[in-house]
Amino acid sequence: MLGEGHEVSCLDEDPEAHTRLEVGLDKGWEDLGGRFTVGTGLETDALLAAGIESADAFIAATNGDNTNIVIAQIAQKRYEVPTVIARILDPLRAEWYREQGMHTICPTRVAIDMLESAVRDAPSREAA
Amino acid sequence: MYVIVVGAGKVGWNLARELLEKNHEVTVIESNRRRYLTVEQELEHNITYGDASELWVLERAGIERADLVIAVTGDDEDNMLICQVAREKYEVEQIIARVNNPRNKPHFDLLGVKPSVSATDLILRLLEHEVPEYGLVHLLDLQEEQLEIIEMLLGRDSRVTGRRVGDLSMPEGSLLISVLREGKGFVPSADTVLKEGDEVLAVLDPGREDDLKELFGPAVGGNGAG
Repeated sequence: MLGEGHEVSCLDEDPEAHTRLEVGLDKGWEDLGGRFTVGTGLETDALLAAGIESADAFIAATNGDNTNIVIAQIAQKRYEVPTVIARILDPLRAEWYREQGMHTICPTRVAIDMLESAVRDAPSREAA
Repeated sequence: MYVIVVGAGKVGWNLARELLEKNHEVTVIESNRRRYLTVEQELEHNITYGDASELWVLERAGIERADLVIAVTGDDEDNMLICQVAREKYEVEQIIARVNNPRNKPHFDLLGVKPSVSATDLILRLLEHEVPEYGLVHLLDLQEEQLEIIEMLLGRDSRVTGRRVGDLSMPEGSLLISVLREGKGFVPSADTVLKEGDEVLAVLDPGREDDLKELFGPAVGGNGAG
């Protein structure tokens, strides 16, 4: 998204994640206009430092469903970010929170759909 | 009343005990297998194994007919979301969530999770109110290090109120580490004089609780104060 000319700010509790951001880039993350903040999404100070108050979109994609659901609601309700997306692995909860008006992406659901269609499209032994 | 308690730590376990004693129907949900097996020896069918963040685990525990859901795990996000779905999805009448990190309290409020209580605060008082002999609450077990941290609230007739810390004969293997007075904590010196209403924190070798209770007792509420 940075490459498309958007302003991107990353928040991660692991400072090492910054190194990962720069893999495959020919310039530094900051040199390309990116921002990086060390902290967790439950820390108000970290969210503010990452610029949540001026964000047009907020993506909660940590490796914990619960964290994502909570910080997505914080972004939505407290900071009124216009677009908020949460990654939720648990399909049941992804569905319920979607019904509550949260924009959720469920990688598990996506993978199941892809796997299902791959199997459906595969030729059966008899047909072969 | 049917009560679901999430988390079988010290708080959850003791809450369940109390509620069972008062003839309520209780199911405790615990996600740590080892902890579950330990507590299951006492609570038997009143505890179930699973991650209460998952809706099917809550449903298996019968959340649809629960009158009260209490989330007292050590994880604030878990406590928040379990209570949120309990109220909003399963329309549970009453919820109580434990706040582990007081800084997360505004998040509980934002998500509409009320009441939320800080473990060192309200649950302690509730327990003491409900259980007079409950003068001492475990805050932390450092199993690897073989140490425990406990908290005691000093009542009017505690044997140590009005006495200098330096004059207390603390049991061997125990140490007074902090005093909470009027919402502020400080490390006591030998000259600190203990007062009624002080909450004292002590670190101790496991098994020393009774000695400390003896020294600091009687527990709050023990003589009708509760």
